Amino acid sequence: MSKMLEVSNLKKYFKTPSGMLHAVDDVSFDIEKGQTLGVVGESGCGKSTLGRTIMRLHAPTSGRVIFDGKESGSFKESAAEIKEHHKNMQMIFQDPYSSLNPRMSVSEIIAEPLINYHMYKNKEELWRQVYELMDTVGLARRLANAYPHELDGGRRQRIGVARALAVNPKFIVCDEPVSALDVSIQAQILNLMQDLQQQRSLTYMFITHNMSVVKHISDEIIVMYLGTVVECASSDDIFKDRLHPYTKALLDAIPVAEINNNRKERTLLKGEISSPINPKPGCRFAVRCPYAEEKCYNFTPELREVLPHHRVTCHYAEKINHLSVNHRED
Amino acid sequence: MDNKILDIKNLSITYEADGAIVKAVNDISFSLEKGDALGIVGETGAGKTTTALAIMQLLPNINSKIAGGEIKYEGIDVITMSEEKKREYRGNKISMIFQDPMTALNPIFTVGEQIAEVIRLHNTVTEKEASKRAENMLEMVGIPKNRYYDYPHQFSGGMKQRVIIAIALACTPSLLIADEPTTALDVTIQAQVLALIEGLRKENNTSLILITHDLGVIAETCEKAAIMYAGEIVEIGTTEQIFNNTRHPYTEGLFGSIPNINKKVHRLTPIPGLAPDPADLPDGCKFAPRCKYKCEECERGNIPAFLVEEGHFVKCLRCRDNQEV
Repeated sequence: MSKMLEVSNLKKYFKTPSGMLHAVDDVSFDIEKGQTLGVVGESGCGKSTLGRTIMRLHAPTSGRVIFDGKESGSFKESAAEIKEHHKNMQMIFQDPYSSLNPRMSVSEIIAEPLINYHMYKNKEELWRQVYELMDTVGLARRLANAYPHELDGGRRQRIGVARALAVNPKFIVCDEPVSALDVSIQAQILNLMQDLQQQRSLTYMFITHNMSVVKHISDEIIVMYLGTVVECASSDDIFKDRLHPYTKALLDAIPVAEINNNRKERTLLKGEISSPINPKPGCRFAVRCPYAEEKCYNFTPELREVLPHHRVTCHYAEKINHLSVNHRED
Repeated sequence: MDNKILDIKNLSITYEADGAIVKAVNDISFSLEKGDALGIVGETGAGKTTTALAIMQLLPNINSKIAGGEIKYEGIDVITMSEEKKREYRGNKISMIFQDPMTALNPIFTVGEQIAEVIRLHNTVTEKEASKRAENMLEMVGIPKNRYYDYPHQFSGGMKQRVIIAIALACTPSLLIADEPTTALDVTIQAQVLALIEGLRKENNTSLILITHDLGVIAETCEKAAIMYAGEIVEIGTTEQIFNNTRHPYTEGLFGSIPNINKKVHRLTPIPGLAPDPADLPDGCKFAPRCKYKCEECERGNIPAFLVEEGHFVKCLRCRDNQEV
């Protein structure tokens, strides 16, 4: 299998009146073709900025993005190059209410990318394509002339999906695509996205704060905290081993829709996320971490492989998880 | 019997919008015992918040109407209460935590003043005593009291929600209604807030009505659960009965729609279609158009509730072998 996306040492800082805001700080990962990478974390951890920087909606501060074997997302890209870039990678936005132009009808919204990229020979072909896209995402053709405000959240998000699919991209960044939807509608959209992935061999980067959704849809998962990746492994391994103290707390905090009498005691995280402006050296999670020791406050941990294909940013991952130090030999 | 703190019978509420009658809540009945926690689950537009506002007597009287039924708090009918009595009852006996912590606080008053205000309104105390008690409330919800003079914008979402909880509990009400108290919060903060509500509830023996769309939150905090769909309670029982002996097809659909962290499912089984327009509800069972078990009889007349086991009521004809209520 070859790689769709290779991101190395990507940084995105924002200038604010009170200092540099480290939204994405030295993030590296890659995504295999046809797979789904889940990106989880709480609000303010930089997951949306990461998606937008890869999409080149933000210019990165530094770092490299290699998309389908070609370097992209460098600093000097012209608008035309970025446009070309977007032919292969598209985005589905979080809020199906504000991400659609209220003055355009459903068919106009879906036709817009096709018109932008001159992907039709004549009017007839354009509308044929629009109708096909509507069929693909399960929108009734009679809605072609409806406006977004006439539709419910689930249908609107289907428009968002159709618009992203219009130019036949290879890769789609999905930024919280189901968070604003009711559970029964959420399930419909998730199923649709999985079907489309199979039919069109799409690669997804799926950004969400919902752990059960991310487990359901992802092959690989990265967990982010304050702009950094704290854990990175396959979906099953993360949920099974949860090596990083933050991942443990995050997974513990999820209320599970099940009744069982031997409910485990959960570790409640104390405090709240600290400021991403001019962060001090050291582990960013240290102030909330129940296992933090002096070293954590002074030295920034690196992302390192602790179990096979399971990487963690924690000085004491072995100690906390009672792993034998010689695991790499066996 | 007299342990009942809240008793709702056949409550119906309508709104009027553009000349059409919107049936937001249709003939619901439930009761709550002292110290109990009831979770109300349902999707957007199911009538959860309208029910809560009716209990609080906070429905906008311009366009809404209680079309029938009664709400009794400790045996007293709250619908027919005088305005003055209602004001005494709100905040003092029953309190509500609103959904959005970002907009529920007044931005031009300090958080301390906002807590003290409730205390002053319902008790004859001096300013000083009120602010002293407000400080204690802040500490109780885990905010240092030196933040008394801070304004809401200086607080994070989780902290604002704590302030709102402090306001709601300032007069030690015997019933707390929490409308999606953690929906706007991150999971780790949600866990903190839920643990806080739980702790305070146990301490004061407060009854709780928790409105949410998250079945997980219900499983963790409530002893009883009611599932609402299109203004009706379609299933009600203990949380255990609802989760382990699910009977209504809609409840079943809700469980099929959420990905479970502990199980590997390759495909979710969502409920097809959409919730009906409350201004144009179908005849018979409101869920029938989306239901995979529907038969001809489901689309006619009124579907009664059936008692499937002690305390477990289901509004579905598939349970008709059981006693009708």
